[in-house]
Amino acid sequence: MQKLLQLPVNAVNIVKGVQGVTQGQEEALSPVLTPDSGPQNWYSAVQPEELRHLRSGGTEDRSALEEGLNSVQTQPLRHDDLKEMLDSNKDSLKLEAMKRIVAMIARGKNASDLFPAVVKNVACKNIEVKKLVYVYLVRYAEEQQDLALLSISTFQRGLKDPNQLIRASALRVLSSIRVTIIVPIMMLAIKEAASDMSPYVRKTAAHAIPKLHSLDPEQKDQLIEVIEKLLADKTTLVAGSVVMAFEEVCPDRIDLIHKNYRKLCNLLIDVEEWGQVVIINMLTRYARTQFLNPNINESLLEENSEKAFYASDDEEEEDKKAEPATLAKRKPYVMDPDHRLLLRNTKPLLQSRNAAVVMAVAQLYFHLAPKAEVGIIAKALVRLMRSHSEVQYVVLQNVATMSIKRRGMFEPYLKSFYIRSTDPTQIKVLKLEVLTNLANETNISTILREFQTYIKSMDKDFVAASIQAIGRCATNIGEVRDTCLNGLVQLLSNRDELVVAESVVVIKKLLQMQPEQHSDIIKHMAKLIDNIQVPMARASILWLIGEYCEHVPKIAPDVLRKMAKSFTNEEDIVKLQIINLAAKLYLTNSKQSKLLTQYVLNLAKYDQNYDIRDRARFIRQLIVPTDKSGALSKYAKKLFLALKPAPVLESPFKDRDHFQLGSLSHLLNAKAAGYQELPNWPESAPDPSVRNVEIPDWSKCSSRKDRKEKKVEKPFYSDSEGESGPTESADSESDSGSGSASASGSDESGSGSESEESGEETESDEEEEDEEEEKKKRKKLDKTKAKKQCIINFDQFDMNKITSVFSQTLAPSGSIKMYELLHRIKGEGLAVEYCFSRQPFSPEPNMVAVQIQFTNNTNSETKNLHIEDPRLQSGMRIREFAEIDVLAAGESVTVVMGIDFCDSTQAANFQLCTHTRKFFVSIQPPVGELMTPAFLTENDFKKEQGKLMGMNEILEKLTLGEKCVNEHVIVERVTATANLSRVPCGSDKECRFAGKTVSSGCLVLVTVTTKEGGGAQLTVNCEKMLIGTMLVKDILQALSQ
Amino acid sequence: MIHSLFLVNASGDIFLEKHWKSVVSRSVCDYFFEALERATEPENVPPVIPTPHHYLINVLRHRIYFVAVIQSEVPPLFVIEFLHRVVDTFQDYFGVCTEAAIKDNVVVVYELLEEMLDNGFPLATESNILKELIKPPTILRTVVNTITGSTNVGEQLPTGQLSVVPWRRTGVKYTNNEAYFDVIEEIDAIIDKSGSTITAEIQGVIDACVKLTGMPDLTLSFMNPRLLDDVSFHPCVRFKRWEAERILSFIPPDGNFRLLSYHVSSQNLVAIPVYVKHNISFREGSSQGRFELTLGPKQTMGKAVESVLVSSQLPRGVLNANLNPSQGTYTFDPVTKLLSWDVGKINPQKLPSLKGSMSLQAGASKPDENPTINIQFKIQQLAISGLKVNRLDMYGEKYKPFKGIKYMTKAGKFQYFDRIHILFKCFFYYLLPI
Repeated sequence: MQKLLQLPVNAVNIVKGVQGVTQGQEEALSPVLTPDSGPQNWYSAVQPEELRHLRSGGTEDRSALEEGLNSVQTQPLRHDDLKEMLDSNKDSLKLEAMKRIVAMIARGKNASDLFPAVVKNVACKNIEVKKLVYVYLVRYAEEQQDLALLSISTFQRGLKDPNQLIRASALRVLSSIRVTIIVPIMMLAIKEAASDMSPYVRKTAAHAIPKLHSLDPEQKDQLIEVIEKLLADKTTLVAGSVVMAFEEVCPDRIDLIHKNYRKLCNLLIDVEEWGQVVIINMLTRYARTQFLNPNINESLLEENSEKAFYASDDEEEEDKKAEPATLAKRKPYVMDPDHRLLLRNTKPLLQSRNAAVVMAVAQLYFHLAPKAEVGIIAKALVRLMRSHSEVQYVVLQNVATMSIKRRGMFEPYLKSFYIRSTDPTQIKVLKLEVLTNLANETNISTILREFQTYIKSMDKDFVAASIQAIGRCATNIGEVRDTCLNGLVQLLSNRDELVVAESVVVIKKLLQMQPEQHSDIIKHMAKLIDNIQVPMARASILWLIGEYCEHVPKIAPDVLRKMAKSFTNEEDIVKLQIINLAAKLYLTNSKQSKLLTQYVLNLAKYDQNYDIRDRARFIRQLIVPTDKSGALSKYAKKLFLALKPAPVLESPFKDRDHFQLGSLSHLLNAKAAGYQELPNWPESAPDPSVRNVEIPDWSKCSSRKDRKEKKVEKPFYSDSEGESGPTESADSESDSGSGSASASGSDESGSGSESEESGEETESDEEEEDEEEEKKKRKKLDKTKAKKQCIINFDQFDMNKITSVFSQTLAPSGSIKMYELLHRIKGEGLAVEYCFSRQPFSPEPNMVAVQIQFTNNTNSETKNLHIEDPRLQSGMRIREFAEIDVLAAGESVTVVMGIDFCDSTQAANFQLCTHTRKFFVSIQPPVGELMTPAFLTENDFKKEQGKLMGMNEILEKLTLGEKCVNEHVIVERVTATANLSRVPCGSDKECRFAGKTVSSGCLVLVTVTTKEGGGAQLTVNCEKMLIGTMLVKDILQALSQ
Repeated sequence: MIHSLFLVNASGDIFLEKHWKSVVSRSVCDYFFEALERATEPENVPPVIPTPHHYLINVLRHRIYFVAVIQSEVPPLFVIEFLHRVVDTFQDYFGVCTEAAIKDNVVVVYELLEEMLDNGFPLATESNILKELIKPPTILRTVVNTITGSTNVGEQLPTGQLSVVPWRRTGVKYTNNEAYFDVIEEIDAIIDKSGSTITAEIQGVIDACVKLTGMPDLTLSFMNPRLLDDVSFHPCVRFKRWEAERILSFIPPDGNFRLLSYHVSSQNLVAIPVYVKHNISFREGSSQGRFELTLGPKQTMGKAVESVLVSSQLPRGVLNANLNPSQGTYTFDPVTKLLSWDVGKINPQKLPSLKGSMSLQAGASKPDENPTINIQFKIQQLAISGLKVNRLDMYGEKYKPFKGIKYMTKAGKFQYFDRIHILFKCFFYYLLPI
């Protein structure tokens, strides 16, 4: 179908395409009418058939080299087709061409000769074409550096786009183009994006940092500055990406983390899962450098128990006696609260669905937690074993390492490590390893029973591993050594030779521990030599007989006789053991074996393998007494028949924990490129105060506010720093509005001057470490840009979900209007003023907070200030402030009370009492104070507005006052009149605001549309018509002043 | 992080490659092919293969190897988990994840991979976000696209990426608001020859299909939450709420997702609803073996055991099997030595059995291992762990959704030597109280 479509179009497009390129995206003009005067025509306007042949011939030559001879006929033609399609000005054709090209790339075919044709389409309007062009560009830019430069300007333009997603995508592609010439451009773009108002763009900037670093490592210093800046970012979106950049560019600059440590811990749970893994791994390393070993008192104990594992019981007891003495010397250990914070905030992540996150937390606990707390990770790790086999493989590797150090942790889950016949062999072997590590006196019998069933498996590698595991259990646990040995001996009569061979090898090791008692086993094995063919097993038997020839004096020479006969046909490893056996027999029983030994040595002398020839020569010199034999031959017996230490069967996972668990290096047991060593605990803790973040000085920015307010703010800090875990914040996500508001808030272009003011202060606090240069640069930014940034910083606060502060800071600090409640004269020296602080009233969210300020202008104290006898409309409620005991002369004090006005502007009447007098007072709220800001996206706003049509909509035309010259003033006026929040809006002719009534939570939506010539239209949508009408009146007044 | 990705099919051909940094020659896969050759079974390829300059981390799903090329230290699970997420995404988009499906949709695959990783670091892996960026192909859309030249790529840029609820897209609209929850349990039991249980574990998941308008906030509570020993959540679940009240409170992603995986501890005795009697014997020197297998219901609380399927891997020495089922049909594949018996429903009055003889390779020694047996079945209306959902409530939106919950116990493992591993499947379906 495609073919049919494209053919007729092609004929025309040969002409059109060229013009399409040179003249941008002009829509299909008639080929006749189009002036044929493009500045550079890449191809002649009308491509004659002959030319085309010529050109395709050229391509043919080139691609013949690349594509191989057989594709000569098809490939170049197709590429020509594709070029034509790309040159056309039909998006569908371009798209089809790009799809085919991408398919070629995916198959690994070379499509680089299409570069010029593709790169022209980089500015194509069709999003999918554009995206595919990006894919192509990133793939081939490295090979076609010069041509790739043609596309750069498109991205530079994209970086300035008002849409944050286009900015981000431009930066993403620009930074992915690996062309060294553009390094300065990239650097500039990254720096700019790092201070972008959109967190998404900042995230992209963080992603771009490692790209630039790998392209040009010399930029490292500048990039570190950017990383430092982004580390201070408070959004969860950025946190994971910037830590990833940190790990790739400057993992050793641990000092950059100090100030951000607590923030990272608190944000962790809300970071996306991949970022969590990176952050946790980094924090593990960080904690190892900054905190003390929580197991410092137990580390001695640990070493001892480790020893006891392989040693006998009485030794253990001795050790235990020694412990209290060493323990007493230690100072009591107190855990750093930051260390605790990390442990506490990572723990919930054990419940993550992402295996990598769980593993990251598990390794963090293993490396950092006090011994008593490490246990909690076992359950989560066992859960991971029900996942895909690849996950199991990695988890089991780590469990194997952990189970050596902390055996007790996994003991309750012993059965989870039982092997299923469907497990892949590598999983089976790892499970065996874990089971062996977990074996102790109490569970050994069940484990051995389990092992016995494994030996019947069809999987031979696994059977061999099982037999070795039995051997290891036997060496480690003295009680079962005999049982195991008997079991293994029984296996010697197994019909499977591999089983027998493996058993022999293991028995050999076991016998070495107590050979005296087992001469019958040795005899039994001597008989096996006739049947067993596996070289390793034969060698083991021969070694055993040689070593313990005294226990089997009759059999040994006979075995040697047989071996001498078959010597030439044996494997090298067996031959060596035959020589050893001969030598040992010669020394103990020379009468019977002298001739045999010489025969064997003579055979060995002419062996093809020089190891064997060497060995024969060496042994002959040593044992056969001659005139020239040196001093050594006297000691021959001692040399050969010395008591050999029993082999220690050790887990291959022993000591693997010096690699950070969960890392690639740990898995491979070799240092991988870029692996960061896990540092040892410091002897004494570095200064913990480096992590103290200077609390932004709010008193500065709210200097015009009352002192009382500062008190209100305090809990916020303790909240965010400490107790309230971030999960709480996850809970507050339910008010979805705030989330989307923060997202779309970035599209806003300035809002109330009030918020700007306090915002600026916050920002400078956040970025106090910024370089001078940065500051200068920032000053240069035009004012609106600065505003944008402040708003974003508030959004970041919102990410932390501390709503109280959010609304608090939004509250116009400068323009809070004070109302008089009691005049100085009427109140006999007591003056009372009140204002609506626009903060949520925390004890009861559906009350309006009223801030009341008492000033005592008399010369004496006023006592017992309180409220009495409220007279309210039905439904209205008051929450009184706590009684003020004493108000000294000349002093003033501020309190907050809550009033539920039931969304009406009826006054709340009550009596204000002192210890002497009572005053009747009343508070009547302006309608604008009956609401709190609601955070909506543009879409939500439109949707909600759609629901509130008809009776609920009030339209009013107005003429803007002469001061209402711009949007900025309008926003200021409206937010001063009513406690609403700005809703982002695409058009600059419209301002939208949203809020909810405090008491019943009805939406209040306000739209101001400005027109030419100072006219404007005000729309208020609200379910409560009364509120709507009153609000319209108030706003009208505010705007037309 | 992840440098490149190669997809390798069962016959060892690379059929797709994607690079996120400079191009890595596909010859790096030779190391992988070497490992593949060494492995006796396809699943025995080590997941991590070191090569002189790179590390290859691979996962095997749907007979396709996803081979990621790594250049420096990265947690292996990070890569493995990501690769599985890629497979899940493909399955989500194309229904199946086969070589043919990937080849047919190579452009969408490429677009997806481009969005999922940036410079080798995961960017967007939530299916809700991806679906906003790149629309899944449907037949209708393919036709429309061909004719109109419109695209699969979303015109709107995703909002989810930017919100605090990154797993849910905004502006979701449905005419029928529905939420379905499937409680799927899997029993993994090892039973010895005498019929006593060595270990039995129940692992369960709650898979949800939520199609609700707007931003619903759901809470799901259980009658017996203490049953759940160990749980892992979708990121949308509020952990604090679970800790404090044992209630699942969440804003769901749109569409299908796994809400919860859980484990029921083995302290709670697991009632195994089926028993197996089997006798498989070979005599020395004879080329015949006897095969006898009987199934019976046990502790099913009066519920019928249905859709029973037994399969068994017979020893390599068996040439053919000549069996006689009392009900159902059986097949034996002489190449893979796989015996499967479709039993159907178990009638407690007349227990199904499969008896007969097996012929062995002449001269081969008596196989000494016992074959493994898989059993699968369903039981209607029997929740195997006893987990019950109490209620599902919705806040934040005003409409009344249709809510449904389905319980299913499946599982499945096999006999092990003289052991039996059992799989259960039972279905249970009722409407929740609203």
